[in-house]
Amino acid sequence: MDVDVKTSYRIADLTKSFDRAGVVALQDVTLDVPQGSIISLIGPSGCGKSTLLSIMGGLLSQSTGTVELFGADVEGPPREVGIMFQKGTLLPWRSVIENILLPIEIQSGKKAARTARPQAEALLTMVGLSGSEERFPDELSGGMAQRAAICRMLITEPQVLLLDEPFGALDELTREKMDLEIQRIAAAQGATVIVVTHSIPEAVLLSDTVYAMATHPGRISEVIDIDLPRPRELSIMEDPAFGRYTTRVRRALDRGHDTAA
Amino acid sequence: MTSSPTVHQPTGRKRSRVSLLSGWLDRLPQPAAVALVVVIALGLWQLLVSFGGVSEIILPSPLSVGGQIIEVVKQLTTGGFLMGQLWITVQEIVLGFLLASSVGFLIGLWIGQTEFGRKAVMPLFVVVEASPKIAFVPVFIAWFGFGIASKFLMAAFMSIFPVIINTAAGMNAASAEEIRLFRSMRASSWEIFWKLKFPRALPFIFAGLKIGIVSAVTGAVAAEFIGGGVGFGEQVRVAASRIALDRVFALILVLSMLGLALFGLVTLAQKKFAFWDSKKTT
Repeated sequence: MDVDVKTSYRIADLTKSFDRAGVVALQDVTLDVPQGSIISLIGPSGCGKSTLLSIMGGLLSQSTGTVELFGADVEGPPREVGIMFQKGTLLPWRSVIENILLPIEIQSGKKAARTARPQAEALLTMVGLSGSEERFPDELSGGMAQRAAICRMLITEPQVLLLDEPFGALDELTREKMDLEIQRIAAAQGATVIVVTHSIPEAVLLSDTVYAMATHPGRISEVIDIDLPRPRELSIMEDPAFGRYTTRVRRALDRGHDTAA
Repeated sequence: MTSSPTVHQPTGRKRSRVSLLSGWLDRLPQPAAVALVVVIALGLWQLLVSFGGVSEIILPSPLSVGGQIIEVVKQLTTGGFLMGQLWITVQEIVLGFLLASSVGFLIGLWIGQTEFGRKAVMPLFVVVEASPKIAFVPVFIAWFGFGIASKFLMAAFMSIFPVIINTAAGMNAASAEEIRLFRSMRASSWEIFWKLKFPRALPFIFAGLKIGIVSAVTGAVAAEFIGGGVGFGEQVRVAASRIALDRVFALILVLSMLGLALFGLVTLAQKKFAFWDSKKTT
C-alpha cells in the first residue's frame, strides 16, 4: 500500500442483515477509500448502497465486520463527516442562513452559530446563492434548495462528504452542474467524497473509483477505476474514453443483474 | 345550415345573461359578497315576518332584533349589569381554555412521544372526543357546584381533547429524513425535540387550539344554561324563558362575536409562531 496516501474509510468484511424477514442487505463488503478521492456506489434498488452509506455515516450499525474512519471505529455519526440526502430537507421555519448554520448551532450553540455567519455567507456566495440569506426555503427552487443543503453540509468543514443520491430530484443539466461543483469543493478542501447514485454518467463524471453493486444479497460486484484527468469539465462527457467507462460500468451492472436472476 | 344559428341565438343569449350575472357575483370582493348575502337573508326574514303571517313572538323581525342589539351594546358599553355577566363568561372561557391548552399540550406531548401513549391512551381520547361531551354538563355541576368552577372546568373539558389529539399527532409530524438529518448532525434528543419536533408540531397544535377555543365558548355557555346563576348564557336562558326572542338573538350575536374574537386571537398567534405553514393552512 502507498504510504503517502492516507486512508479515510477502511471497511472490512462488513455484513448487514435486518432482523425482520432475515434480509441480508449487505454481504462481505470490503473497501478502502483514500483520503481526498471521490468514489461512487452505484447499483439497482435493493443493492444496499444507501444502507452502506448510512453505516458509514454512523446512522446504522453493521451486523458484523469493521468500519473505521481515520483509524477509529465508527460508532455514531463521526465529527469529520458531512452528510447530504436526496431531499434537501431545509427546515421551513428557518431562513436560508439559519438552516446553513444549524449544524454549528447544534454542536456548539447559538453564539458559535452567530460567529460562523461570515463563513455561511461565503459558502452561499460560492454556490451562487448570495443575497438569499434571509429568504425562506419555500421561496427556493429545487436546485437552489440543494445548493443551500450543500452549504449546510460544508459549514462544519467536514473532511468526508457522504452524498446519498444528492441531486436525484434535479433535472439532468442542473445535476451535472452540481456534480462539477462537488468536484471543485472536494478539490478545494481536500475532502473525500462518497456518492450514492444510480446515474452511470454521474458516477463516471465524479469518481476516481466506481463500485458497482448487485442485489440478493447486496454486495460490491465490481470495482472500476476511472482514469480521467481532473478537474473534469462537462465536455469530458463527449470524450470517447468517457463513453468507454460508462459502457464498462453498465456492463458491470448488467452482470450483477444476471447473477441475481 | 344558415337557419340553425339564428334559431338557437335567443337561448344562447339568455344563457349568457345568466353566466354574466354569475360571473359578476364571482368577481365581487369577498366583504361585498358576504354583505350581499346578509342583506338578502335579512330582507327575506323581514318579509316572512311582515307578510308571511309568522308571529313576532315565534320569529322576531330583524328590525326588532336590531333594536335589541343596539340596546345590548348600549348596556355593554356603559358597563352595566350585562357587562358584568359577559365578563364572568369571558373569565370562564379564558380560564378553561388556558387550563385545557396547557394540560392538553403536556398530555399530547406524552402521548405523541411514547409508544404506550399512542397505543393505549390515544384511542381512548379519540373516543371521548367523538362523544357529545356537552352531555357531561350535569355531571360537572354535580361535582363542582353551581359556581364558576363547574363552568370553567366544563369549558376546559370541552377544549382539552382537540388540543391533546392534535398535539399528539403533531409530535409525529417530523419526517424520517428530518430526524436522520438531525442525528447525522449529532443532535441530542432534546435538540431533536426543541429544534425539529416542536416546530413541526406547531401547525397541528394551533389547529387543536382553534377547535379548542370554540369548544370552550360552547362549554362555558352550556354549563351556564344548566348550572344557572350568573353569566351570559344565563341571560340567554332568562330572555328565552320570557319568550323575548329578539333579546335572545341579540345576546347570541354578542356570544358569536366573543367566540370570533377569541378565535381571531388564536389565529393571530398561529400566524406569528407558525408563519411558515401559512401557505398550507390558509
